[in-house]
Amino acid sequence: MINLTEKIIWVFPIIAFLFGWELISRIGIFPTYLFPPFSAVLLTLYFLTIEGVLLNNLASSLFRVIIGFTFGACSGILVGILMGINSKLNKTFSPIFSLLMPIPALGWVPLFMLWIGINELLPIALVFMCSFFPVLYNTITGIRSVETDYLEASRTLGASNMQILTTILLPLSFQNIITGLRLEAGMAWRVIIAAEMVAIPSGIGALMMRAESLLRVDVIMVCLIVLSIMCLISENIFVKLEERTKHWK
Amino acid sequence: MPTVELVGISNYALKQINLKILDKELFVLLGKTGSGKTTLLNTIAGLKEYEGTVKFDNKSIDRIPTENRGIGYLFQNLLLFPHMNVYSNISYGLRIRNFRKTEISTKVMELVKLVGIEHLVDRYPKYLSGGEKQRVALARALAIEPRILLLDEPFNNLDPRTAKHLRLELKRIQQNLGITSIFVTHNLLEAEELADRIAIMNEGKIQQVGRPQEIFFSPGNDFVREFLGAPNILECEHCTPIGNDLAEVKTNGISVIAPYEGEHIKKISIMPSEIFMSRYAIPGPNVNMFRGKIISVNRSSTVAQSLVEIENGKYSVELPIESCQSEVWKEGTEVFVKFRLKSIRSLAYSESH
Repeated sequence: MINLTEKIIWVFPIIAFLFGWELISRIGIFPTYLFPPFSAVLLTLYFLTIEGVLLNNLASSLFRVIIGFTFGACSGILVGILMGINSKLNKTFSPIFSLLMPIPALGWVPLFMLWIGINELLPIALVFMCSFFPVLYNTITGIRSVETDYLEASRTLGASNMQILTTILLPLSFQNIITGLRLEAGMAWRVIIAAEMVAIPSGIGALMMRAESLLRVDVIMVCLIVLSIMCLISENIFVKLEERTKHWK
Repeated sequence: MPTVELVGISNYALKQINLKILDKELFVLLGKTGSGKTTLLNTIAGLKEYEGTVKFDNKSIDRIPTENRGIGYLFQNLLLFPHMNVYSNISYGLRIRNFRKTEISTKVMELVKLVGIEHLVDRYPKYLSGGEKQRVALARALAIEPRILLLDEPFNNLDPRTAKHLRLELKRIQQNLGITSIFVTHNLLEAEELADRIAIMNEGKIQQVGRPQEIFFSPGNDFVREFLGAPNILECEHCTPIGNDLAEVKTNGISVIAPYEGEHIKKISIMPSEIFMSRYAIPGPNVNMFRGKIISVNRSSTVAQSLVEIENGKYSVELPIESCQSEVWKEGTEVFVKFRLKSIRSLAYSESH
């Protein structure tokens, strides 16, 4: 009984929150067009879904996130591994990466608009920038934090350099790498929405900007809910992967 | 299994080490922290740079990298791979060598039985006790059927009882497999219990090599003597068995009752800290109790070292500082001393050659 209560207790604050929202809106302190009740937002969600508007825009955003994030993360991991195992490479390249890393992904927007133009590649490039550097950094840290004694132990058991990399170094840095991926998976969504708001005519961010110009607060709220859920799902995929390492430490 | 020979090994911590370790031998490198014993072990493993030659079975292996030297290494901190369960840890070396799955499984099962951890194969190292980790590490090192087993103070972090148990088991396994083994420790008792032969190291040099009894009863130099705890060593003039595994031994004008194992005793030894000293007759049976006179007292912050003359012998006695702070403990004081019978070691004639 206690277990069940603990499992579902998180539901109550959400219900209370939604109920309060509905109530405040219905009392009529604020005009409904600025603060629609939750039920109206749900209705809008339903209409946007059956009309296909929501799914179309979500699909474009999702596509950009997946492509940009995959490329960004993969290159981050790859370069991170190289720099993690080779201290010469690390010394050579870490200053330039340290200079580029603090630039927020959205800071690249004006530059990329001129270089790339306003097309599908622009948001993908931005997501790439937002995922590459943090994943790179986490991968290097992950590899460098593996105790070198483990590598010696594996060497005495007969492992070659390549085998040490694949059986010891990478698995032991897995946790760090996944943590980096998890944080950046959510960040990719935040970046893509912002980019679509300022520069791209399609996607959830663009939908929100159009809704704003038409004073459709309910649509904006639908978009925000969808965005929040997408962020959560993306991060949770990696939380599940992180959990697989719980027996290790 | 091969012999190991070290010829003129030198590096940052070692100075011209020459050593020969015999086939199937359990050889102990004994020394204080920083004496170079672990470095020497790592040199044999090929993990450290060195000058000189390491030979296995008379063949130089200097150019062979660690992974191909055919060694098993039991590290001080064990280094079980945290992301692998016990089975995967033990089978690691076999998987690296692409053994077939069925072969690996047979071998692992054989090993877990050998070290007594059949029930733990699915556990991750995080969920193992110290002693269990120890066994897994040993099984992992043995899985690749190494020609030489190197052990670096593997029982350091265990309680004394578990450590003793594991030492006995290690000795049994080592003898069963007949594997040449080199064991590093700073613990004299551990060395005595395990070793076929001991090398005592200090400051990167070997001070003395020999069987435990040899080293204990004829320390080669002052360092070794100090390291052993500066025992009182007494030459026996006469030895008469008196039954109950005891013998009466005449030495320096006194007769001492000592443990007797059926062979004529050549020397006996007793640690300064195992001799009790009092100004009055010590209660209890009048065995191994003698009258003597203090020749000198040397006080440090924790102990008082006294030299006591009994008949025509001189014995060093160590007491905790609290029990001899009184002014009465000085040169010339008449005292009673008693040797703890259990702490007397005997060296038989046959062991001394």
